[in-house]
Amino acid sequence: MQLNSNVPSGPLEGKWDRYKFDLKKVNPANKRKFEVIVVGTGLAGGSAAATMADLGYHVKNFCIQDTPRRAHSIAAQGGINAAKNYPGDGDSVYNLFYDTIKGGDYRAREANVYRLAQNANAIIDHCVATGVPFAREYGGLHANRSFGGAQVSRTFYARGQTGQQLLLGVYGQLSRQIGLGGVEMYSRRDILDIVVVDGCARGVVCRNLVTGEIESHSAHAVVLATGGYDNVYFLTTSGMHSNVSACWAAYKKGAAFANPCYTQIHPTCITVHGDYQSKLTLMSESLRNDGRIWVPKKAGDNRSPDQIPENERDYYLERKYPSFGNLVPRDVASRNAKMACDEGRGVGNTGLAVYLDFSEAIKRDGEDVIRAKYGNLFQMYDKIQDENPYKVPMKIYPAIHYVMGGTWVDYNLMTTRDGLFCLGGANFSDHGANRLGASALMQGLSDGYFVLPYTIGGYLATQSLADVDTSHQAFKDSEKQLNEKLNKLMNINGKRTVDDIHKELGHYMWEYCGMARNEAGLKTALQKIPALREEFWQNVNVTGSSKDFNQTLEKAYRLADYLEFGELLARDALTREESCGGHFREESQTEENEAKRDDENFCHAAAWEYAGEGKDPILNKEPLVFESVKLTQRSYK
Amino acid sequence: MEEKFINLTLKVWRQKQGEKKGKIETYQAKHISTDASFLEMLDIVNEDLTIKGIEPIAFDHDCREGICGMCGQVVNGYAHGEEKGTTLCQLHMRRFKDGDTVFIEPFRAKAFKVVKDLVVDRSAFDKIIQAGGYITAKAGGAPDANTFPVTYETCELAMNGAECIGCGACVAACPNASAMLFVSAKISHLALLPQGRPEAAKRALAMVRAMDSCGFGNCSNERECEASCPKNIEITNIARLNREFLSAGVCSTAM
Repeated sequence: MQLNSNVPSGPLEGKWDRYKFDLKKVNPANKRKFEVIVVGTGLAGGSAAATMADLGYHVKNFCIQDTPRRAHSIAAQGGINAAKNYPGDGDSVYNLFYDTIKGGDYRAREANVYRLAQNANAIIDHCVATGVPFAREYGGLHANRSFGGAQVSRTFYARGQTGQQLLLGVYGQLSRQIGLGGVEMYSRRDILDIVVVDGCARGVVCRNLVTGEIESHSAHAVVLATGGYDNVYFLTTSGMHSNVSACWAAYKKGAAFANPCYTQIHPTCITVHGDYQSKLTLMSESLRNDGRIWVPKKAGDNRSPDQIPENERDYYLERKYPSFGNLVPRDVASRNAKMACDEGRGVGNTGLAVYLDFSEAIKRDGEDVIRAKYGNLFQMYDKIQDENPYKVPMKIYPAIHYVMGGTWVDYNLMTTRDGLFCLGGANFSDHGANRLGASALMQGLSDGYFVLPYTIGGYLATQSLADVDTSHQAFKDSEKQLNEKLNKLMNINGKRTVDDIHKELGHYMWEYCGMARNEAGLKTALQKIPALREEFWQNVNVTGSSKDFNQTLEKAYRLADYLEFGELLARDALTREESCGGHFREESQTEENEAKRDDENFCHAAAWEYAGEGKDPILNKEPLVFESVKLTQRSYK
Repeated sequence: MEEKFINLTLKVWRQKQGEKKGKIETYQAKHISTDASFLEMLDIVNEDLTIKGIEPIAFDHDCREGICGMCGQVVNGYAHGEEKGTTLCQLHMRRFKDGDTVFIEPFRAKAFKVVKDLVVDRSAFDKIIQAGGYITAKAGGAPDANTFPVTYETCELAMNGAECIGCGACVAACPNASAMLFVSAKISHLALLPQGRPEAAKRALAMVRAMDSCGFGNCSNERECEASCPKNIEITNIARLNREFLSAGVCSTAM
């Protein structure tokens, strides 16, 4: 497999502008002749669909939920970055680029990250134009705050519901195009296969989740914007329907999958309790602007927090990282929380929690100021934990939150399969080994509003694509295969439920491929996952019918893919014998227990290629070339 | 509060796809932790049903953190349950007592067709937004974000409306199955902002027209919508919608 990143040459600052100029254009009258399928309606998919329809393309847009407004981008709390420098603290496009590439531990593609930083200001302008009510100062201008990994206040926010407001902005633009007829919306659909004709992606096959019917849809190009795959861990902060299936189908149709082991652990999540738990809830990183993180100095100190005097508390982030303090990046904060708990200094019933304490901020600013900034987050915490965080410190612990790995794409956001594009959280390109706060929303909107609408034109203008519709044999073959697979699932009639097996898989993933990994553990995972997959196909119980609304079948189909994908994730982790970002390989650490990168051997994106059923996947490497930044050991001290 | 375990009797609406009639079935929810959410309680019951070979109860859900608006059932006669300002996924079992009988039904309204069991089709809300619930803006040509100042107070007021999650509880709670709270939240969000003003009249007329044609009823000041809204959206928004609609009808050429 050839991995050509198609990154244009020349100085970093001018690459994107020159590239846009050189791209072949599709003239407005011809745009209406092209049909494009977009899978997903989150920030990336929704904005891409709306913008392409606005340009004149005919777009078919698909989502799992009942309406595009529920895509999981809606759950993002804290904010979105831009280099506006409104607070006058010296921010610039280069600064935003530099923090992002450093935050990703130099495992992202430089040119993509620079373009992301360049697009950021236009994103804010466009979102405001579409009615996103970002927080304002009393004078009427925008307010900003800071996030982990940055020393400037560059984050735009709408209370603790920034993702919701950005998504509603996108949903408005998308709804307008649906109303005008430029977008055909298909909700409650699971994309189960990508159809390839003459080497190019030409459509999808999906299951209508209401009727159970298998449907085929053709187009001139296919865009995947399906979000992250972190539900492979079962307990995560992702929506319950987020899944890997469409990207996994793409992988099997020739789209390489890059860096699957790059999983972000978020430091401020509400703690785990009970084996019936279905979901984890995040507390926005923005809370670390005002909350101070601490544990008792002494191991096993189980006094209530108000009984522990100041001099017996360890504000470990402020102590170890004086220049960033509580605002160190997510991987650093997570690892240090784990270390504190491993030392027996964790708090709460399970000992797997640290305090996030607002008492000083409340004393300084008053409860009303804190309520105005974080009210809905405090309320959410109170509902789940039944404790008032205005009175007692929150108890938090790291959890699986976001994945930086995903489908490999070039500078055009095209995968290794011609005509198949991948955007936002579903691709691999912009976050490296660790994602800084407030950068996922930025990437989704950059890809969808400001990159794909240009690059897809470059593809469509230079191809001579034959007329293909759903009567083509490739669609028929795919439908037949899917029907067989669904029938097989329906006829196992085993003893274990889908969730039961998913929880077991999630346990292996967290245990062997979670906050810390080592060779022995990963080898164990590589034995346990295939065995569990075997059991799934012998012993799962899927009730109901495949020709009906059947949520058990939906979950079973997604789990079948996770049971294959989990193995690739563990294999990727085993191969990467270095620590970088949130991926902490125990064998590779500094004397101070910080992540130790190995630039000599691992400064590459690992792009896995499908080799056929039962065969080991092939590892391809895209060397990461840094023209503008010098690779250094990350330090936040 | 300390974790306890309780047992409940559930009376659940079951309705198969394509069949006209549904009915209430009785199930036992055993050994439920009071720390579990309402949806997690249903998960536990569904695991039990699956093992017994009974098809699990279908219900909508996704984010399970109170923001996607996908969950929602009528619990003991209240949309999202009796607790104020709470989505169903954020309702915890500590609000129930051991031995309680709990009635669980889908949101009911002419404009919300039952898909299966507790799952309803709320696409009528999308149709209302598609009719005009947006600001027309092209990607790429927007002026600098600080070009239009919005005072802190106005922004907060717009945000109060913008917080609507589109769950449909307001419709389910209203004796008229009116969507006025939903529509008015969007109208307020966009009409209060300077960038939303140019289309305000056109928007109000189009959204109200779409709301009527979808089969929603009108507001008769019952205030049940406000009482059931998980995001505490206030009916003062409906007053703003009425003003916007009236002035659009009387003063505007945007018919």
